Amino acid sequence: MNPGTWRDWLPYPPNLSEHGPGVDQLNTYVHYLMFVMFIAWAIYFVYCLIHFRKREGHKAVYNPAKGKLAKVSEVGVILAEAILLIALSMPAWAAYKKNFPSREEALNVRVIGEQFAWNFHYPGNDGVFGRTDPKLMNNTGNSLGIDMSDPHAKDDIITLNEFHVPLNKPVIVDISSKDVIHSFTINVLRVKQDAVPGMVIPIHFKAVSGVGAHEITCAQLCGLGHYRMQGFVYIDTSEQYAQWHAQKESELQGASQ
Amino acid sequence: MSEVVNHHPVHEAHHEELGFLRKYVFSTDHKVIGIQYGLTALVFLLFGFSLIMLLRWQLAYPGKPVIWLGKILGENFMPGGIMLPEFYNMLGAMHGTIMVFLGIVPLAVGAFGNYVMPLQIGAPDMAFPKINAASYWFYFVGGVVMLYSFFVPGGPAQGGWTSYTPLADIAPVGQTWWLVGMVFLITSSLLGSINFIVTIVQMRTKGLSFWRLPVFVWAQFVTAFLLLLAFPPLEAAAVLQLMDRLAGTSFFLPSGLVVSGQMIPNTGGGSPLLWQHLFWFLAHPEVYVLILPGMGIVAEVIANNTRKPLWGYKTIVFSILFIGGMSFTVWAHHMFMTGMGTTMSTFFQTTTMIISIPSVIILTSLLLSLWGASIRFTTPMLFAIAFLPMFAIGGLTGLPLGLTTSDIHLHDTWYVIGHFHYVVAPGTIFALFAGIYYWYPKVTGRMLNSVLGKIHFWLSLVFMNGVFLPMLIQGMAGMNRRYYDPTATPWGKAMQPFMEFISWSAWLLAISQIPFVINFFWSMWKGRKVTSDNPWDATTLEWSAPTPPPHGNFPTPPEVYREPYEYSVPGKEKDFSPQFIKEA
Ligand code: HEM
Ligand SMILES: [Cu+2]
Ligand SMILES: [Cu+2]
Repeated sequence: MNPGTWRDWLPYPPNLSEHGPGVDQLNTYVHYLMFVMFIAWAIYFVYCLIHFRKREGHKAVYNPAKGKLAKVSEVGVILAEAILLIALSMPAWAAYKKNFPSREEALNVRVIGEQFAWNFHYPGNDGVFGRTDPKLMNNTGNSLGIDMSDPHAKDDIITLNEFHVPLNKPVIVDISSKDVIHSFTINVLRVKQDAVPGMVIPIHFKAVSGVGAHEITCAQLCGLGHYRMQGFVYIDTSEQYAQWHAQKESELQGASQ
Repeated sequence: MSEVVNHHPVHEAHHEELGFLRKYVFSTDHKVIGIQYGLTALVFLLFGFSLIMLLRWQLAYPGKPVIWLGKILGENFMPGGIMLPEFYNMLGAMHGTIMVFLGIVPLAVGAFGNYVMPLQIGAPDMAFPKINAASYWFYFVGGVVMLYSFFVPGGPAQGGWTSYTPLADIAPVGQTWWLVGMVFLITSSLLGSINFIVTIVQMRTKGLSFWRLPVFVWAQFVTAFLLLLAFPPLEAAAVLQLMDRLAGTSFFLPSGLVVSGQMIPNTGGGSPLLWQHLFWFLAHPEVYVLILPGMGIVAEVIANNTRKPLWGYKTIVFSILFIGGMSFTVWAHHMFMTGMGTTMSTFFQTTTMIISIPSVIILTSLLLSLWGASIRFTTPMLFAIAFLPMFAIGGLTGLPLGLTTSDIHLHDTWYVIGHFHYVVAPGTIFALFAGIYYWYPKVTGRMLNSVLGKIHFWLSLVFMNGVFLPMLIQGMAGMNRRYYDPTATPWGKAMQPFMEFISWSAWLLAISQIPFVINFFWSMWKGRKVTSDNPWDATTLEWSAPTPPPHGNFPTPPEVYREPYEYSVPGKEKDFSPQFIKEA
């Protein structure tokens, strides 16, 4: 099914990731069920209010409704919910949580939330993250506590609120937080994951369209600056991405010389 | 044949004369305590509501100063009339806390439960009148502590009504007072719940078997179990958080926590998610504490005004019991985005879908009860029938939140706010209004004015929906909740007209409560006097008591002869056959 057609009637934001349409599809089907139930109830309800209003010559009946139709419709509701749950939600969640791309094939990025910004940590050309230690964290240039004595750290790219990803390439994001709970949210990619201090939680996605810049927000109340804890994800073509990466690396070399 | 409804003269209490203080302030009479709960809770509802009126200004017109308010509230909250983000968060956190713990629950359980339940079971009082009074006073102190926290340095709690750690662990001292307040409030609920359970089990009058109890009593019974079993974990959790804040423990602080460049001294070994599990283990059952008494009130009012028995009395009761038990198994559906794996998510989304079924069944039964009726559109009935579609929206919007996959998009957005407000505001609060209009004549001996009542109803209905329906759209469009400045993101900016619309609806909703406030006080002295103890021609026991009921309630213990909703029984001359009247 073409995602554009069946989701247009609900006010979703654009949907640019590979797993995103599955999320919207379920959401749409659930809302179909909700609308059908609500409309059915509403028609019956309004009919009753008019037809059974108190008036001259009208009397209430002691035991009028047998409720067969209601029972049938309740079974219908149970079945519909079961289908949504078992046929759509569970498989979609399991597929998304279990079918991680391989670490080798994917771009690996660490995301570290802090009041009130998103830090991005790329492993650099060697593909290995430098060692980090919370004891080394400071506000004067080493907010992630990177141990510069580790050779793997030399080429690591650190950005603030700026998240570059290549189009059509799986990305694995390891999410954590330095201080309080945040929630790493990219609506257009249907990505939302709490950043919990003390835990590193991996998620993955693949952007399949929408080259350009899109909002990253924080969805979990994290203090007075929660509302402005935002960054941008740049969905790059592979050329754009390679260019950005190379430029960052050369900046690093320039700085260390 | 049937005896005419009792016209008791108002009995003088046979007890020793009590002084003013013992009679009206430190009373142990369940009715006085119920009224105390009711008035206190209404004041808190109004206060909690005004906090959000203030907050809605910032959402509609971010950063626009209100000079005179700035002068009243001062530099710490609104310097130059511009709301600080901290203050915004305080308003949000205290609104939630006050509405839930100091408004709705005390009104639904403390006031209605206390006043009506013993009357409906034909008891002279609660089983433990002194514990009952203690329950009110713990609640009162809890409320005072919460209010006091507005005046401590740094202001009151600002981490949401959920007080997630570590944010709450490192918050200013107002959070400590929040925790102290919660400990009082929880203790109050525990004392109340034990009392309710014992009273319902032990003190039902002659002939009143469990299957003859009004639905309202059943709802209170199950609610009491929820309070009794769910609150202790939160009380423990609150104490642990207090320890983290005061004694240097780290129950909720993991190792290596660095806040604005500084390592937290007591960081190490704890888990932030532990708090969430403990909190939601309480707070999911708590949401049923918010809704079940409301459903009970609606059932009473619908039976009375349809002039026929409820459809499926036993079905409704079994559904309530099932919801009660099941509500302890769904709590982690509030935590789907915390990194939960497949097994847990499967369990919790399955239980959540299962618990939605009895809600559907209750709603269907109440709707079926309308079939074959002769509906009187009295003011309480208007609120009770409006409850049905409003609760329907609230319940239905729980479904996409309860499925993990669709929750990815909706979690922590305005959709969640829309969902639970549909359940609690045009849902529970409408039910509570129905209850006030319905039982007011029993409490005061006078009717509330029905013209004012109808104005109050229609305006409230329109503006409630004006407030909450757009929130569902905002959430669907991906707007996060708890944002001080909704225009901070480009996407939010585009949605700003919604914010303005909602705020205006909210302010108009506030104005719509004026007829109610006027009615409430005016009718106390000037309302139409009831000419019978049973002005609604109702069937349950509270209407057999004198008006207002004296200390001890019934001149002679009533006896029950039949089911609670025997309306329009074939072959009977009257369209109601009260439980308390013996017929041939
Ligand atoms: C009909 C069945 C219901 C289902 C399936 C359901 C489901 C849910 C779910 C899954 C959430 C979490 C959403 C999220 O954070 O992403 C939620 C939130 C909430 N629900 Fe319901 N719910 C139902 C009925 C109720 C009722 C009866 C109430 C009573 C007042 C209620 C009150 C709340 C509240 C207060 C929250 C938000 C808590 C917060 O995060 O601040 N719900 N509901
Ligand atoms: Cu945040
Ligand atoms: Cu819940």
